[in-house]
Amino acid sequence: MAVDEISVGGLGARVKRVEDDRLIRGKGNFTDDFKLPGMLHMEILRSPHAHARILSVDTTKAWAIPGVHLVLTGELMAQRNLAWMPTLSYDTQAVLAMDKVRFQGQEVAAVVADDPYIAKDACEAIEVTYDPLPAIVNPMQAVADDAPLIRDDKDGQTDNICYRWEVGDKARTDRAFERAARVVKLDCFYPRSHPSPIECCGTIADYNPATAKLTLYMTTQAPHIIRTAVALVAELPEHMIRVIAPDIGGGFGNKVPVYPGYVVATLASILVGRPVKWIEDKTGNLISTGFARDMYFRGELAIDHRGKIEALRIDVDTDNGAFFSDAQPTKFKVGLLHSAFACYDIPHGHLTSQGHYTNKAPGGVAYRCSFRVTEAMFFQERLIAAAAQDIGMDPAEFRRINFVREFPWRTTYGMLLDSGEYDKCLTLALDKLGYTELRQQQAEARKQGRYIGIGISTMTEPLGAGNSREFDIIGIKMFDSAELRVHPSGKAVLKIGSKTQGQGHETTFAQIVTHELGIPSTDILVQHGDTDNTPFGMGTYASRSTPTAGAATSMASRKVRAKARKLAAHLLEVSEDDLEWELGRFYVRDAPQRGATIQDCALAAYTNMPDGLEPGLENHAYYDPPNMTWPFAAYLAAVEIDPETGVWEVLRFVAVDDCGVRINPMIVEGQIMGGLAEAFAMSNMQFITFDSTGNCIGANYMDFLLPTAWETPKWELHEVVTPCPHHPIGAKGVGECATVGGPAAFVNAVMDALAPLGVRNIDMPVFSGRVWEAMTQQHDVSGVPPLAGH
Amino acid sequence: MEIKQIKVTVNGEPRVVEVEPRLLCVHMLREVLGLTGTHLGCDTTSCGACTVLLDGLPVKSCTLFGIQTDGHELTTVEGLGWPSELHPVQEGFSEEHGLQCGFCTPGMMLTAAALLEDTPNPTDDDIRWAISGNLCRCTGYQNIIKSVHWAARKMEAVHGR
Repeated sequence: MAVDEISVGGLGARVKRVEDDRLIRGKGNFTDDFKLPGMLHMEILRSPHAHARILSVDTTKAWAIPGVHLVLTGELMAQRNLAWMPTLSYDTQAVLAMDKVRFQGQEVAAVVADDPYIAKDACEAIEVTYDPLPAIVNPMQAVADDAPLIRDDKDGQTDNICYRWEVGDKARTDRAFERAARVVKLDCFYPRSHPSPIECCGTIADYNPATAKLTLYMTTQAPHIIRTAVALVAELPEHMIRVIAPDIGGGFGNKVPVYPGYVVATLASILVGRPVKWIEDKTGNLISTGFARDMYFRGELAIDHRGKIEALRIDVDTDNGAFFSDAQPTKFKVGLLHSAFACYDIPHGHLTSQGHYTNKAPGGVAYRCSFRVTEAMFFQERLIAAAAQDIGMDPAEFRRINFVREFPWRTTYGMLLDSGEYDKCLTLALDKLGYTELRQQQAEARKQGRYIGIGISTMTEPLGAGNSREFDIIGIKMFDSAELRVHPSGKAVLKIGSKTQGQGHETTFAQIVTHELGIPSTDILVQHGDTDNTPFGMGTYASRSTPTAGAATSMASRKVRAKARKLAAHLLEVSEDDLEWELGRFYVRDAPQRGATIQDCALAAYTNMPDGLEPGLENHAYYDPPNMTWPFAAYLAAVEIDPETGVWEVLRFVAVDDCGVRINPMIVEGQIMGGLAEAFAMSNMQFITFDSTGNCIGANYMDFLLPTAWETPKWELHEVVTPCPHHPIGAKGVGECATVGGPAAFVNAVMDALAPLGVRNIDMPVFSGRVWEAMTQQHDVSGVPPLAGH
Repeated sequence: MEIKQIKVTVNGEPRVVEVEPRLLCVHMLREVLGLTGTHLGCDTTSCGACTVLLDGLPVKSCTLFGIQTDGHELTTVEGLGWPSELHPVQEGFSEEHGLQCGFCTPGMMLTAAALLEDTPNPTDDDIRWAISGNLCRCTGYQNIIKSVHWAARKMEAVHGR
């Protein structure tokens, strides 16, 4: 008898999480929880200026404080060739500033002391003399004629442009626009934000002078990339570097890059020969580490008289901060922005983008998205909503007549969609919301002076980078990996190249093995995050773990099953060809009662293998995905605006997600709800802006607002399942869909409510104050920095 | 720096602790007493990751000095429940998938436990208001609310209240 898949915790089982036991007891192991013998503490001194020449750095008083072991400056780093480091986008970034500071919060010096309090005292005792320079806080300022050159450190850099990129067919797009019946335009700004996990970034660098081995405990989503990067930057032998990513208190993209603090702590440990712990404070995290978004969109659609989109044109300015250190695939200078409008059948398109150096923190990261797809889908759905409104068509119907309906499908900008049932998802969402009735209620409410709005957002996004033909980071191809060992008693250990930060890999990856082999998920231990005992992988971000490492887990399990078949044939004294597989068991085709379980085979692999067969039952797989997976989502928000205050309340939120086969539906739903909360945050309150001198506004949780349980709406979730045709178990990525597709649903709902007033755009966050301004002045409201009044 | 001796009851156990007056309560718990279940998130009393119970009431230990707890009782996540048994709130968080990364979870659970002491049968709004000083970035809160309801039901079943 085959084992029952759900009861053993296989595919589709709502298995409770393995991770929970330690975390609910306060027995997790986060980086800051480790206390190594002889450990010292490091703090970083940051620049108060956004742009200034450094005249002098005097560390005399800091050295004099009892308990101080080391004071590091750019000059000291330069002696080791570590004052600058390469970025993930082939630029350079200052580790500790020497010539100039280029953003507020930039790392200038560091102190290593007996405890963090002493280190903080000593940082305050360092005397730095600055000569302030004009600050640039947006791309328009960056390209102005009188703009100061930010990157005067770079040979040949004569302006503040860091890249130019384009894709699509300009000539055909231009022709389509010339003959278009209607052209609809929209400009909008997606403000700078920050992933802001509750746990900040940090590391313990432990260089052992006796063995020359460097161990880095680190809050990293990508431990293997970090190991290779440290080997390259610090010129240490890679086999003598061990990166351990223990429990991580949320990542959301913030913990992908290499930060100066990691490099400084590593050198500090080498210099003092003791472990050095560096844990960022919240301001340090918000003001200096991987930001997200900060993009200026101009777009237009050419539409025929029936409402069919004929062509698409997008031009984008990105604000990349002082160093171009976006964490993204090499080939794509603005991430996967060209996934914009992928779910719509649009014959012609052209996209141009240019990046700008500004006096703001560097390190653009994919904040809970697959490399700029959040921005792509936001602008897509804002422009779609504006177009439907302009041509007077129902926004659901406008989407429907433009949806892609055949798969595989090559998109306007050249990506290949794998599968989807877009119409079915949208229809389900509309039904669940009661769309038709709600439109009637909206019309009634308008007569009474009430502002109800319905916002729709539909999108497919590419998740699971790479394939290796197109995707690499610092040259390393974006595959992922798994290694499975089955012990004699049938219990197993799975080691994977990706790294959870709350996604529940220790639970779900075991479920994949269970699906392939029938070993109960409770008999499988999942290990990850330690580079000394896991296979090389690119880590967990961009919703890539299930599409890549999850697929590798399937493939490694299937290799194990192939060997188990040989063992079963031996045990049952039949030919392999006479065996059939059912979950957990091989049986003889003509005598189904004669069988060998996977556990029988495991025991035989160590105790009773046939002549000529290598002992053991283990294998590994490196999985290079043929394509990315393309989940689809339809998100619907209904809001009501208080005409007295501009405050908007979410009346309903309906989410239909099609992420293919769900490994653990409980975990998938959890990820969708978490993503929706972040979508609500960005639409409603969460952003970072700057004043005209480059002061960061949003440098702590009193300015950088995150929604509490009180503000956060209730979520109504539904599903459609279109299995991914190229993934071994039909799964697609999902962790970020809601953050990617969600914001436009909220903003479109507010805009829908305000449509009778002729208001077409309010930049996020759609604060009540901005809504109030739009309602009373009946005009659009911009959110471009510098912040008005500053 | 001057060192002061304080007497504080931590998770039911009387402790004598030597602290610098400027040492934050969260650091006293984590570094001096080795109770690393209390996490430090934001430094500004905003996120609630460092929430502990002071004489039964939730406080943010990042803006409380250790020395201020002299003569008081502290409960941390390590003191929730009993040696052989989890607190119903801990069970509820696992049963209803109320945690993902787990970083906010100890503070969130302590706040919830304090709520249930006063309000054994809370409404959704009671829970949302009670935990509005504790930020979570992973869950979107909905499952946390279900977790607290689960705990309330369990406590009612066990204690008959």
